[in-house]
Amino acid sequence: MSLWDYANPKKFLTTSEKVMPALWVVSIAGMVIGLVWGFFFTPDDFRQGSTVKIIYLHVPSALMAINAWLMMLVASLIWIVRRHHVSALAARAAAPVGVTMTLIALVTGAIWGQPMWGTWWAWDPRLTSFLILFLFYLGYIALWEAIEDPDTAADLTSVLCLVGSVFAILSRYAVNFWNQGLHQGSSVFRAAAVAGTDTEEKVSNIFFAPLLVCMISFALFFIVLVLYRTGTEIRARRARALMARERAQA
Amino acid sequence: MIALLLRDIRLAMRAGGGFGLGLAFFLIVCTLVPFAIGPQPDLLARVAPGVLWLGALLACLLSLDRMLALDWEDGSLDLLATAPLPLEAVVLIKALAHWLTTGLPLVLAAPVLGVLLNLPVEGYGWLVLSLAVGTPALSIIGGFGAALTVGLKRGGLLLSLLVLPLYVPTLIFGAELARRGAEAQPTTTPLLMLAGITAGCLALLPLASAAALRVNLR
Repeated sequence: MSLWDYANPKKFLTTSEKVMPALWVVSIAGMVIGLVWGFFFTPDDFRQGSTVKIIYLHVPSALMAINAWLMMLVASLIWIVRRHHVSALAARAAAPVGVTMTLIALVTGAIWGQPMWGTWWAWDPRLTSFLILFLFYLGYIALWEAIEDPDTAADLTSVLCLVGSVFAILSRYAVNFWNQGLHQGSSVFRAAAVAGTDTEEKVSNIFFAPLLVCMISFALFFIVLVLYRTGTEIRARRARALMARERAQA
Repeated sequence: MIALLLRDIRLAMRAGGGFGLGLAFFLIVCTLVPFAIGPQPDLLARVAPGVLWLGALLACLLSLDRMLALDWEDGSLDLLATAPLPLEAVVLIKALAHWLTTGLPLVLAAPVLGVLLNLPVEGYGWLVLSLAVGTPALSIIGGFGAALTVGLKRGGLLLSLLVLPLYVPTLIFGAELARRGAEAQPTTTPLLMLAGITAGCLALLPLASAAALRVNLR
């Protein structure tokens, strides 16, 4: 029993169908609990007031926007090296989820930035890199849609994903060099705070616990969405193959 | 290799006026900018390096889909793929020919357009240097985009969507170098970064382009 058994579409479908109901329940319940907890049962920040509560939506979606691309990169590599179709389809399934997460992060960031920074948008490195990430997602999805032959599309998008990853990282640092930022650094995991030398700067546990719940349930939600969409892709391809076979017989 | 290079350059220069097109586009973009933002000399001087870089980038983009599409249509790309020359070299030569026919004229024309945009005197050398170092990267990245989309019937728009995000680092460092040159600030860091991007693209991207081309020729 190894991980590669799941490269068999049938095995993938039966196992994911067994796991999915539980994952749906846990992830949605986690999101509801985390968001309700964050929105209604945490105190307002002493300086930012209630606007700080958007963090429970903003940080998890930003986290998943980056991790979705990472997952696509790994899936593309597996497709190129071992040519498992499930892997290519999972990368395809993850892209629209990733682009939605990127959009949520951008929009919630803008909504928070308006009262706090006094502007909807600033050409800050983090914001700009997310916008560039958004463009990369768009190009990737557009390439998938444009090519008819599924294997060609999988190959070309995998190459694009690899090259795009390098350029996305390059852009991240180039943008850093280009403009100094407005966006605060990560206040969730700060090394000094963990070491205990800098207790003032850390996010308090009152805020951190619901945030952690949100981050975990967003991650689970992403996984279950990708499993579900991959299953759909597999079935769509199977239906196409069946139709082609019937046409050939007729 | 040299024969292929000469053939591509000759084709680009003779086939249907594609040669001067990028240059004319560059000229028009730089002419339109003052109409859009106003003719104040100090304002123009401030935006000139960025506008010139953006114009050069868009002019490069314009001719990318011709880089491989013509050879794809008449089947010479299949011949090149079966030739003893590795496909990586073919892609690199194609990009080089594209640069010689599109990028190099842009580099040479940029100072003239700099006059139109009231570029400060100190900026000319740096502008030419930044374009000379940066535009090869644009051609090679464009070659990758062209290799990805060569099999598509209407790949032009998709090509721009794929290539433009990849142009971001080159544009940032190129325009930054030109700007710092024009404002007489230290220029070493952006110059080194720009040269690094070009060298990295030169070394690695032909592999990816050739891989994409092989998939498309399959």
